[in-house]
Amino acid sequence: MDKFSFVGKSLPRKDAFIKATGRARYAADQDFAGLLYAAAVRCPKPRIKILSISAAKAEKVPGYVTLVTYKDVKGPNKWPLVSSDYPFLPETEARFQGETIALVVAETRKAAVAAARLVEIKYKELPFLDDPLRALEKNAVKLHGDDNVFAKFVIKKGNPDQAIRDAHVVVEEEFSTNYQVHAYLETQGVTAVPEPDGGLTVYSSTQCPFYVLDAVAAAADLGYHKVKVIQTVTGGGFGGKEDVPALVASHASVCALKVGRPVRLIYDRKEDFNSMSKRHPSWSRVAYAADRDGKITACVVKYVLDGGAYATLSPIVLWRGAVHAAGPYRIENIRIEAYAAATNKVPCGAFRGFGQPQICFAQESLVDELAHKLEMDPVRLRLKNILRPGDKTATGQIIGASCGLEKLLETVKKRSNWDRRKAKGLRIKDKGEIARGLGVSVAYYGVGLGAKGRYLDRAGAYVNIYKDATVGVNVGNTEMGQGALTVLSQICAETLNAPYENIKLEEVDTSKVSDSGPTVASRTTLMSGNAIIEAAAPMRDNIFKTAFELLLAKGADGSGPMRAAEGLFSIGEVSVTFAETVKECWNRRMKMGEQGWYVAPRTSYDMGDGQGDAYVTYSYSADVADVEVDLKTGVTKVLKIYAAYDAGRIINPGLAEGQAQGGLLQGMSWALYENLAYKNGIMLNPNFTDYVLATTADKPEYDITFIEKPYAGGPYKAKGIGEVPLIGVAPAVGNAIMNASGARVRTVPLLPEKVWNGLNGKKS
Amino acid sequence: MENRRGGTFNIRCAVNGGKVEREIDPSRTLLEFIREDLGLKGTKEGCGEGECGACLVLVDGKAVNSCLMMAVQLHGKHLTTIEGLKGRDGGLHPLQRTFMEEGAVQCGFCTPGAIMASEALLRENPGATLEDIKLGLTGNLCRCTGYEKIISAVEKAKQLL
Repeated sequence: MDKFSFVGKSLPRKDAFIKATGRARYAADQDFAGLLYAAAVRCPKPRIKILSISAAKAEKVPGYVTLVTYKDVKGPNKWPLVSSDYPFLPETEARFQGETIALVVAETRKAAVAAARLVEIKYKELPFLDDPLRALEKNAVKLHGDDNVFAKFVIKKGNPDQAIRDAHVVVEEEFSTNYQVHAYLETQGVTAVPEPDGGLTVYSSTQCPFYVLDAVAAAADLGYHKVKVIQTVTGGGFGGKEDVPALVASHASVCALKVGRPVRLIYDRKEDFNSMSKRHPSWSRVAYAADRDGKITACVVKYVLDGGAYATLSPIVLWRGAVHAAGPYRIENIRIEAYAAATNKVPCGAFRGFGQPQICFAQESLVDELAHKLEMDPVRLRLKNILRPGDKTATGQIIGASCGLEKLLETVKKRSNWDRRKAKGLRIKDKGEIARGLGVSVAYYGVGLGAKGRYLDRAGAYVNIYKDATVGVNVGNTEMGQGALTVLSQICAETLNAPYENIKLEEVDTSKVSDSGPTVASRTTLMSGNAIIEAAAPMRDNIFKTAFELLLAKGADGSGPMRAAEGLFSIGEVSVTFAETVKECWNRRMKMGEQGWYVAPRTSYDMGDGQGDAYVTYSYSADVADVEVDLKTGVTKVLKIYAAYDAGRIINPGLAEGQAQGGLLQGMSWALYENLAYKNGIMLNPNFTDYVLATTADKPEYDITFIEKPYAGGPYKAKGIGEVPLIGVAPAVGNAIMNASGARVRTVPLLPEKVWNGLNGKKS
Repeated sequence: MENRRGGTFNIRCAVNGGKVEREIDPSRTLLEFIREDLGLKGTKEGCGEGECGACLVLVDGKAVNSCLMMAVQLHGKHLTTIEGLKGRDGGLHPLQRTFMEEGAVQCGFCTPGAIMASEALLRENPGATLEDIKLGLTGNLCRCTGYEKIISAVEKAKQLL
């Protein structure tokens, strides 16, 4: 076992102090001289033809400054993203309720909001689509191309039709899942500040400052060297601050350039609900076939995501979902077809799990149904089929040594007392009308951007050791609450043998580090961590050599091994500190600032047949949910979730546990409560009163275990932990509801009325 | 409180222990007064309608969602925000310390409100049980932590107050 000074320890968060004292400055908190405020004028209907926009009434509001429309966009009016179909501001047609059509700039936020309400849009309503399955029909209204398909992927292996014909048992069902709203506590916010040279500095609440750079440079028609994007302390992201902050920032930037003063744009909660990205609603039909012994022989999936009005990230969300759609099993015959369809609703995008939780709910629910049909224990069926090192995934990728899934499943089985509970018939009726039950799920998650994002999968770091032995680090991946500042500081301290408190990660500034891609896909520890190690490596060599020489000069015995730990170098009893060593390095005029650049290994995936290596490595989870179901009302309460993860080496166990607990609750909240509703293309509940989130009172107990299967390509053999905790929660809860009550619900959220219907023999 | 010409009101109150006198518009919320007039940016706006608790402050020691109270109602009262929260030694308050130590802080946007709510809860009920804490903090949404570490921070602070 490797010995580390800083890696593997629950060191305190770097940003806890400023946050616990209220000193942290989020997007709405910074002061700028001459600051103005913008507010959006939004599309009132699902689809309209814009006839005219008038500010005649808005102009009378005291403090009104100007109206900004598509005419003020300086570059081509297309937000550069995967498909670039989303205009910065619409010209003739707006495609969903809540889309920004224009902006008003005013002296105060109140005046801007009041004036925006008075801007008059004359429009004609156009026929719209609100159902993705309808959108895929031949005679549907066309919103995108000639088929309303933003993206389609196919993964084929073996002969699934034959395998299904030959199977002992086949199960096939339809599933669906509803939206999930990120509900980051800090809404979208940005301030754009014009600079004397005609450029802009943009202070943005974002996961992805380089996406903001792309969008602002395009909308403002500026060279990248004249745009600087600085991330503000970010109050939660979960994918909701991946792409859309770039759109919000481009709006603020166009406003700022027009008025020549700093402009701030802060969304209120309602407009954030109405217009910002969401987890895609999904529909799927899944089939599994198995032989008599429970070996799964085939998996066939049709998977449809409701992309909303513009493509945004739908193609890559869909691809990730498709790649993982058969589940973490070794199956020889596969056919997966996946579509993202256009509708006139809010564009959906990234959300923790990125297209996987929806299809994981479907396939892991169905694996339980397969177990039921085989009269086999659901854990045993999974143990027979799960991926182990050397096995092949649905895309034919051979799983490497860093795969602890079997151990994870054994762990949650043991910790939840699965066998004993099962011995009681897997159904414990203890309190009259309350039934209790257990449900299991397994999941895997490709770490990093994978084959579909391979051109973006690189990251930079600049590590600068000051003369006083403190260390400044610039990276291109962001802190959004997950703990990146802390974990990356630990990696830097470990590599240099510098005291942890000496390390400072700077806020991400696009002018200080090369484009490092987005902070998504559980890739930050892996990518920025490796970039820091690479940047620090030559300085580490110099520091270690110099320390050795200093120790010799102090009379140490050079034949003994030098120990480097906790910021101290020593041979026997003789020691020098990191600070003394760095001082000597500076005296010797050594280079004490270095760039690092890490590029993810190649992936071989073929977009034609969907075969090849899709991701560089995978993280894994196994969950068992312990639930109570009220048989009179159908209300479910999750008592406890047993979860085990393999995310490679854990750099900071306390933070990793925080990621796990947060992901579990977010997954449970989606599974049971969160229910965004649309009627005729209008969002009905864009607020926290009517869109229900889990609170402290709903919190289950968590029982979390990390099984660390080292990944040789990771920084100190780490993988990624951000997303995998959310993915398997919904099916574990659904399977537990079935186990407790006998009701199988195939649509998320697993609302009481659906459970009740299941209990009373009605389909839901 | 005097109603001045132009519809503004003159209010006198105490803010984090210091006296404050201001002319304010009667339509101003306490949250706007705190953030924009007093420049105390530790209090956050999360929803603007009393559901999330990010703007929670103490008025005469009681927990209040400042987005739901009008600023003029502060007249004659004592406001405490996160900036005014102190331990007995003048340093960090025990709740700030336990939130940091227990890992109850992630993105941090809910943190000031959650700490103020916990302070009000423990003041009213120094012997709060685990169940009291779980029920007492339902008005403070957190999307990052899964609440476990927030609850354990409050339990730990209970011993220190």
